[in-house]
Amino acid sequence: MPSLRVMAFTTVAVLGAAFALVFFYAPNDADQGFVQKIFYVHVPIAICALIGFVVAAFHAIRHLRSGDPIHDVRSYVSIHMGVIFGTAALLTGAIWARAAWGKWWVWEEPTLVSFLIVYLLYATYYPLRYAIEDRERQARYASVFAITAGAFVPLNFMAVRLAESLVHPRVFATAGGGLPPSMLLTFLVAFAGMALLFVTLMRFELMAKSTSAQVSRLRRAIDSEAPAPSASRIAPAVPSGSG
Amino acid sequence: MPALPLDEAGKYVAGAYVVFLILVLVYVAIMAAKLDRMRRDLTDLADLAEKRRAPASERERVSA
Repeated sequence: MPSLRVMAFTTVAVLGAAFALVFFYAPNDADQGFVQKIFYVHVPIAICALIGFVVAAFHAIRHLRSGDPIHDVRSYVSIHMGVIFGTAALLTGAIWARAAWGKWWVWEEPTLVSFLIVYLLYATYYPLRYAIEDRERQARYASVFAITAGAFVPLNFMAVRLAESLVHPRVFATAGGGLPPSMLLTFLVAFAGMALLFVTLMRFELMAKSTSAQVSRLRRAIDSEAPAPSASRIAPAVPSGSG
Repeated sequence: MPALPLDEAGKYVAGAYVVFLILVLVYVAIMAAKLDRMRRDLTDLADLAEKRRAPASERERVSA
């Protein structure tokens, strides 16, 4: 795995290239015109958020199988990043909806409402963790939640694809659909950039949590009577030396 | 609905990209604040370790 610094520079380079392609290479959409440029930021963010939730479920399964707290931390951070990316997807989507349809939100549209349901479902993950005092039970219950909700994500996605769309386009649909090559290339580079951003921020947060755990460990070693600094009931217990 | 003219569409496109940028910046700022708190914790621990070492070295000098 490359170092965090290399990943950060790569992310900036790929996202920079993606934005350059968006504004200087990809043609304007014949139907929506310039507004369609929002597609290249909105869709990759939304896909990354959903993949993040599925990755969280994967780590939660590993946590329940092995009992290793590092998998609980990874599941927690995946959900955390997924919620942040989900917030960005909802905000950019609302702006796009206002520009394209004249409304900030369309309650009749299954794609929008289902994404909101998934987002709100994951927003309840934090109160669940807050509510449980015991660290081990907290991690176990959080893993069960992550698996259940993670299974819901692809089911939800399939249900939306089967449902009849009102206004939201099905770009990667099915036969006869799809993007022209220049738009597809731009989208793929933008998606790679967003995925790199997701992974880089995840690693950054994991490293920060690991460092914080090391500081706590050092304090305990120096003065066993001193209280552990900023011990959070929300954040999962990070094993020493993990990152 | 027909496509918006460029001058009107531009503000929505800029808005979407700026929202994305702001969210990333807010996240980085929060993480920077956390790292700063960790730095302060480490400084406290280093001070504590030095204070503990000072009396020990004084005792060694007296016994010598």
